[in-house]
Amino acid sequence: MAKITMREAISQALWEEMERDERVFIMGEEVGVWGGTYAVTKGFYDHFGEKRVRDTPIAESVIIGCAIGAALTGLRPVAELMTINFAFAAMDHIVNEAAKLRYMFGGQFTIPLVIRTPGGGGRQLGATHSQTPDAIFAHFPGLKVVAPGTPEDAKGMLKAAIRSDDPILFIEHATLYQVRGEVPAGDYTVPLGKSKIHRPGSDVTVVTYSKMLEVSIKAADQLSKEGIEVEIVDLRSLRPLDMEPVLESFKKTNRAVIVEEGWRSYGVGSEVAARLYEEAFDYVDAPIKRVAQKEVPLPYNRALEQMALPQVEDVVEAVKEVL
Amino acid sequence: MKKKELLEMYHQMVLIRRLEEKAAELYQQGKIGGFLHLYIGQEAVSTGLISARKPQDRVITAYRDHGVAINAGIPAREVMAELLGKATGTSKGKGGSMHMADVEKNYWGGHAVVGAHLPIATGLALGDQYQGKDGITICMFGDGATNIGFFHESLNLSKVWNLPLLWVCENNQYGMGTAVERASAVNEMRQKAEGYCIPNSRVNGMNVIEVREAAEKYLEFVRSENGPFFLEVITYRYRGHSMGDPERYRLKDEVEKWQTEDPIGIYRRYLLEEKKATSEELDDLETKVLAEVQDAVEFAESSPEPAPEELFVGIYAEE
Repeated sequence: MAKITMREAISQALWEEMERDERVFIMGEEVGVWGGTYAVTKGFYDHFGEKRVRDTPIAESVIIGCAIGAALTGLRPVAELMTINFAFAAMDHIVNEAAKLRYMFGGQFTIPLVIRTPGGGGRQLGATHSQTPDAIFAHFPGLKVVAPGTPEDAKGMLKAAIRSDDPILFIEHATLYQVRGEVPAGDYTVPLGKSKIHRPGSDVTVVTYSKMLEVSIKAADQLSKEGIEVEIVDLRSLRPLDMEPVLESFKKTNRAVIVEEGWRSYGVGSEVAARLYEEAFDYVDAPIKRVAQKEVPLPYNRALEQMALPQVEDVVEAVKEVL
Repeated sequence: MKKKELLEMYHQMVLIRRLEEKAAELYQQGKIGGFLHLYIGQEAVSTGLISARKPQDRVITAYRDHGVAINAGIPAREVMAELLGKATGTSKGKGGSMHMADVEKNYWGGHAVVGAHLPIATGLALGDQYQGKDGITICMFGDGATNIGFFHESLNLSKVWNLPLLWVCENNQYGMGTAVERASAVNEMRQKAEGYCIPNSRVNGMNVIEVREAAEKYLEFVRSENGPFFLEVITYRYRGHSMGDPERYRLKDEVEKWQTEDPIGIYRRYLLEEKKATSEELDDLETKVLAEVQDAVEFAESSPEPAPEELFVGIYAEE
């Protein structure tokens, strides 16, 4: 297995799918001549040409709306939003159109659409450019929301998303692009809507995804030195949410910490904790803990920003509290 | 135009009128729920427009969509069944008045958020351009939609990418209850197309022949010039915005003035004066329409409600 970065993994998935299927094309701000603001589509414009690598105006509603329309005609657009923060400018088309048209017209419409977008904080970009609003989008039936945490999952899940006939929001954490990981050789897909036990352990279940997988692994390494074995479940998809591996792990450890980068209120942790209480109440040995972002707009100052974001120590502390 | 086609246009206009009058009645009886935006007064617009399209041309419109559905070839039965929320409706009873579509007939809805279907229309047009097909997307919207951001993003992109799009603004003088001049900085909606270098024109939407001729001309323009065109159609809705509109924003005289220029009346006079049809033929058609509406109502009323298990069907393609 080759070790590549998350950026390379995503880029490879796009490239291979475009080579495989003429109907797949990319559209978004600076995806073409510039090569992608995070360099994911570097070299694509020269290889595939302007028909399939389409630079758009800075106009998020029409980027997503146009991609929906193109998908309705049988194409398989991959629309890129420069950051998930700009998804708010396209909110109607993501949650009111992409998520609803199929159902609302009695199943006539098929929308094979992928919206790729980087998200997350930690880069001193200030409050409007640093958000992790994943849970907002996961709220809407009709949309699928996925957020891989490793290069292997990123490549396999993006390929699966492009081949899927449903609208999918594909969230890439911007600070993970440089992270390296092993990726299988050749063509492979990773199914969407499947959680996975990322690291086995016996004492506490840590449920997490995306960037917080990295943070949770570091916490687990630290705890392991103290004799505490954490089992990490990587959700990978937020909608549909696959609770099976979470429940399986929790029924074994009877203790859980949920780690997410977004705000605590109404978040992924709230949802997972509620489901554990609903579906496995008899197995609860300690109150379930949530580790999440402090409830503030993310500040620019580096120290303040890091104070607001969940840290390895926060996870370590929460795990010790549920033990 | 052949006589058969001229009569079919008359048939469609009368059918829309009578079907919607019946729908208003059923609404008052509580058989139709939600909103009901009637097209009465505007029949010449979509009739003239859609009768000029080729089968490969797509149609997409806003929420005042029953008439457009009829013109697109959806049977009156299915329109009425959707209004009654039945399983046999265009959208299996899940869409209602504002969400009728039939992909087989190249009719892409029926969209309820003002202006939100314009970006989608750019994508339908891109789909044809990308695949080298010669279809045109006809996108209809009201004057109210020209003030929202979606409109401007879409017009701009349509010109930047030279998409095969016929933008059709149905200027019926009011966005809900707000008169055009109270909401728009320019009086003619087509002036907004100027800002994006999109060629444009204006036509009288109360005369179906004028609309038809304009549609033929500008569809051909879009097909041969490989780029968008903007057509403003001046029309008027006789009824309120939706049911239960108190209509405090306009005078009875104004409504009556427009009604003397009724699109069906104008067209009937044209057909008779030009000796395209006899009054007996037109009367026969009108009688036929009454039976058709009656049949649609009977069909809709006797159709089954959606099965309870339908609640969870059709959210995803891969469920």
